[in-house]
Amino acid sequence: MSGRWLAGKVAAALLTFAFVLVFNFFLFRVMGDPTTQLARLPQATPEELQQLRHNYGLDKPLMGQFVDYVGDTGRLDLGLSQRSRQPVWSEIKDALPWTLLLVGTGTLLATVIGSWLGVVAATRRGKRTDDGLLGFSLFTYAAPEYWIGIILILVFAVWIPIFPSGLQVTPGVQFSGFFSNAWDVAKHLVLPATAMTLMLLGQYFLIMRSSMVDVLTEDFITVKRATGLPWERVVRRHAVPNALLPLVTLSAIQFGAVVGGAITIETIFSWPGLGELSFQAINDKDFPVLEGTFLVFSAGVILANLLADCLYFYLDPRVQSR
Amino acid sequence: MSGEQAGAAVEVLAQPEFGDEPGTVRELLLGTWRGRFGLAVVALFAFMALFGKAIAPYPPDASSLDVLAPPSIHHLLGTTESGADVLSQVLVGARVSIVVGLAAAAISAVLGSTVGLVGGYFGGWTDRGLDALENWFLVIPTLPLMIVLARLLNPSLTVLIAVIGLTSWAGTGRIVRAQVLTLRERAFVERARALGAGDGYIIRKHILPNTLPLIFANTVLIVAVAILSEAALSFLGLGDPTRISWGTMLENAFESGAPSAQAWWYVIPPGLCITVLVLAISILGYLFEEHVNPRLREHG
Repeated sequence: MSGRWLAGKVAAALLTFAFVLVFNFFLFRVMGDPTTQLARLPQATPEELQQLRHNYGLDKPLMGQFVDYVGDTGRLDLGLSQRSRQPVWSEIKDALPWTLLLVGTGTLLATVIGSWLGVVAATRRGKRTDDGLLGFSLFTYAAPEYWIGIILILVFAVWIPIFPSGLQVTPGVQFSGFFSNAWDVAKHLVLPATAMTLMLLGQYFLIMRSSMVDVLTEDFITVKRATGLPWERVVRRHAVPNALLPLVTLSAIQFGAVVGGAITIETIFSWPGLGELSFQAINDKDFPVLEGTFLVFSAGVILANLLADCLYFYLDPRVQSR
Repeated sequence: MSGEQAGAAVEVLAQPEFGDEPGTVRELLLGTWRGRFGLAVVALFAFMALFGKAIAPYPPDASSLDVLAPPSIHHLLGTTESGADVLSQVLVGARVSIVVGLAAAAISAVLGSTVGLVGGYFGGWTDRGLDALENWFLVIPTLPLMIVLARLLNPSLTVLIAVIGLTSWAGTGRIVRAQVLTLRERAFVERARALGAGDGYIIRKHILPNTLPLIFANTVLIVAVAILSEAALSFLGLGDPTRISWGTMLENAFESGAPSAQAWWYVIPPGLCITVLVLAISILGYLFEEHVNPRLREHG
């Protein structure tokens, strides 16, 4: 029974990804005729355009083109960047680790700090601490993350210059070893990761707070307190583990927002990840790169949703018995 | 024909399950701290959207030699990199944000409720197909999708509205569908059907009126999301190049190096406007949602 549940989830994820492929194909190949983008030379003759169409297989019937496209994508052949003339996949491969580092740090910090603050607020429900934290999290939730990023630069890189305002390493420096290099990257990571954390914090806080409020009113908590256990221990050992479950689903739902945040935050901090790559592609109208990053972003979100489903499956016995 | 008459008779029996007891919406907006805050902020920004151009002290794009000047008597919020008045730009920028927010949310509401109503009411393969479409839009990362669409079409106000509206309806569709699924089985709908009412009549007279409050609450929340989306797209250079919005202001401020010039007067106002307006609209949206959805209300 449970195997079928998982298989269904995997099949749904694959189907969604197939949808993405079809959508991408139509968007970039049919809606925007690639030859108009390929031949940016204004003096290209119709014969040259025809030759281009032939070279790229664009004179084949649509179905044949689609099969070619799926095959190319399967071989990770995503075409050439119009700006750098490099294969799109190699640009994505270089950028991906930086995005994962930024997004991973931000998500980790937001989950830990957000849920901790949620517990603090829930156990002091209605008090001033609770109100203050609620106000703060609503503010960070409504504020555009790139605006927060610019303010961080203004304050911590210009006004009090303690952190670098952009890039991932100090340019032109030869590092004596791995650790001095890592230390330099870490310093560059502080501000963008803070912006990412502040962007995600509010949601984790709100979910954890309401989840804790629910759990704290349940009978088993009252029973635990009645047995004479100290309040701190009841919260830590019995309430928090039960309240953590909704966070798992949230982190998957958040992933779409994380991707959006990666684009704007990386742009602000010239962080050389997928977001910055997309931003440059927007400016240069570099459609092959834009298409490639969109594909990777979509695949990432689909994968994150699938992982969260699997995690939920192992964490919540009620799903398994279904 | 007979369906219409039968439906009219049934109307007396039909008790709307959700909706407003008279007076409560007013109480909701004026009787709570959150309601008063939300209403006051929205009213202030609506005023800016309507009369911003008229009360702006300078033409918003009038350049001068006073480049990146800090706040003074002449320029209450200082000047931009081209010497234009920041306050005037903030006042004028309200219009684009609010127009895009409202128009995109309207498209999203119409699309979402149509898909939700049709899928939920008719069920079967129609529902399965529409549900798959909804799922797809829910999973796909929204900002990259909007970027790709906006880049392929050429940036203008209409393109912004269309792109945001077309990519943000799936959540509404999901909520409406769930509501229609429960309404469809209710006794008063079955009574209407038994008396011979047609599908169109039932949807118009029974399903839609009982779903509207929910659609409304959800659409208020979408307005906030649409305002944030417009700002993000404009910030990335995909806004309408002929109009000033808070997003394009932030783009210009960032591109012209305002952060390294410590020009806080240029950076803070547009972002703060976005934040406060989004906050106020979201608070109103949640108030309506709590009011419409009794399950949330008792939760407190």
